[in-house]
Amino acid sequence: MGMKSWWSWKLKEMKASKHSYVLLAPYMILFTMFTVIPVVISIILSFTYFNMLEFPRFIGWQNYTRLFLEDDVFLIAIKNTLLFAIITGPISYIACFVFAWIINELTPKWRAFMTLIFYAPSISGNVYFIWLMIFSGDRYGIANGLLIKWGVLLEPIQWLKSEAYIMPILILVQLWLSLGTGFLAFIAGLQTVDRTLYEAGAVDGIKNRWQELWYITLPSMRPQLMFGAVIQLTTSFAVADVSIALAGFPSVNYAAETVVTHLIDFGTTRFEMGYASAIATVLFMIMVGTNLLVQKLLRRVGE
Amino acid sequence: MAAIATGKKRVNRSLSGSLSLFALLLVFGAFMVLPLIYAINNAFKPLDEIFTFPPTLFVKNPTFSNFTDLLNLLSDSWVPFSRYIFNTVFITGIGIVGHVLLASAAAYPLAKHKFPGKVFMFQVVVLSLMFTPAVTAIPNYMIMSWLGWIDTYWAVIIPAFAYSLGLYLMKQFMEQIPDALLEAAKIDGATEYRIFWSIVMPNVKPAWLTLIILLFQMLWGSDGNGYIYSEQLKTLHYAAGQIIQGGISRAGAGAAVALILMSVPITLFIFSQSRIIETMASSGMKE
Repeated sequence: MGMKSWWSWKLKEMKASKHSYVLLAPYMILFTMFTVIPVVISIILSFTYFNMLEFPRFIGWQNYTRLFLEDDVFLIAIKNTLLFAIITGPISYIACFVFAWIINELTPKWRAFMTLIFYAPSISGNVYFIWLMIFSGDRYGIANGLLIKWGVLLEPIQWLKSEAYIMPILILVQLWLSLGTGFLAFIAGLQTVDRTLYEAGAVDGIKNRWQELWYITLPSMRPQLMFGAVIQLTTSFAVADVSIALAGFPSVNYAAETVVTHLIDFGTTRFEMGYASAIATVLFMIMVGTNLLVQKLLRRVGE
Repeated sequence: MAAIATGKKRVNRSLSGSLSLFALLLVFGAFMVLPLIYAINNAFKPLDEIFTFPPTLFVKNPTFSNFTDLLNLLSDSWVPFSRYIFNTVFITGIGIVGHVLLASAAAYPLAKHKFPGKVFMFQVVVLSLMFTPAVTAIPNYMIMSWLGWIDTYWAVIIPAFAYSLGLYLMKQFMEQIPDALLEAAKIDGATEYRIFWSIVMPNVKPAWLTLIILLFQMLWGSDGNGYIYSEQLKTLHYAAGQIIQGGISRAGAGAAVALILMSVPITLFIFSQSRIIETMASSGMKE
């Protein structure tokens, strides 16, 4: 088939599907406007100096060299973000699965109840400020109060104002919040695993629940595992709201700075849009790259 | 432990294994739920009980004074509290309706039609699941200001219409609709729009609920995302934040507001839980 006839064939096909395009159009136009174009603009702006007042000026890789070579706070932000991703990412992912897996063995009523308990923190609309009261710096905060009562502490600790404690507390709160959509997808996925597979497995010599898990359950849930991984990874790279709400903005000595808070700092406080776009582009690359890598690894589960 | 439903019919289960797993579930369940119980109790504590040493988890002399304080506090502010409620309900309501309609309309051809560009479009949407909206915040702000939407509800509502997770779940769910059903309608002379509206939409009702919950969560907790500056247009979540940051004198009212904020989405989830999980289960996520 020649180039010309290929095109005329495609064109004919497109005309025949005009109803499909009409149905798609409203969503796709908005999606392009508010997701696709912004990604492209962000990448372009990252090579410019732009302060919102003057027209952007092209400066090549300068933003990136400044980011990695001169910006000490960015290095703290990268370190903290990776710490979040390495700790909360895998732990929350495994926790989502393990708890969904145990809950799945309960009776329907208990299953619904436990699902609610584990899902409630993430659905309850950003109520992580509860933790502000728990880690409040005076002796009326629950953490200080209990530790003083038990004689572990003599004086209350300023938990959220001490560099050493900020990150562990944020990781704890982030874990508390992280059993969200991925968790629900796992619960749902576990209910779709074909029951007869387990009976067949028992006949074929599968001895305990752990073997059952590895050889039957996990491979049957590969699509949900992928979905959960994408959600958990993206969330753990994007930590910012919890950091700002609990540790303040900026946090003491930037101890709780993450890539996203750094981005917010330059984007909304200092109006260095080109520089902020470079931060956004780096974050975008890290997120998409890690997601693709993890998906590749997950394809091997149960093999 | 009436909860253990295993032993009955399932093979390959040891009692000690079950017990240790359920112990694990209880310990971590307590970690998840205790902060919420603390928040609920705090809302009913009189001020002297909030500031007691050692601090207590449970309330001793429950009172509604925090809620009345909250009301008094709010009636003093120059923007009436009802305005914040209206703003949040408006943003959440319109955002949800628009998203369910637009995402369903787009999911139908992606799930059931064949046309040039289909695979590419869906892959772009899936790719967007992999990064946080923070990445596009600056260009989004610029686009909003070009459109003249800064400081209007639309800056928060319209982007929510094109939320990618909703489209993804809806498309996967629609793939389960039998083709024969759609073919039959086509033979009867129904247009694509009619098929979408009278056959596909009623069939995906359980999936609506999932989209509704996801979007509700997102919009209910929204504080304007840096797009809304006028006090009259601010959301409940923003107002709550202001009260909570008010310090010791407002600790009681802050606890009350926290309880109000969290109870709405949790209640909604309790009523829709089984349908949501059903949707996710039958949406047969594919690689």
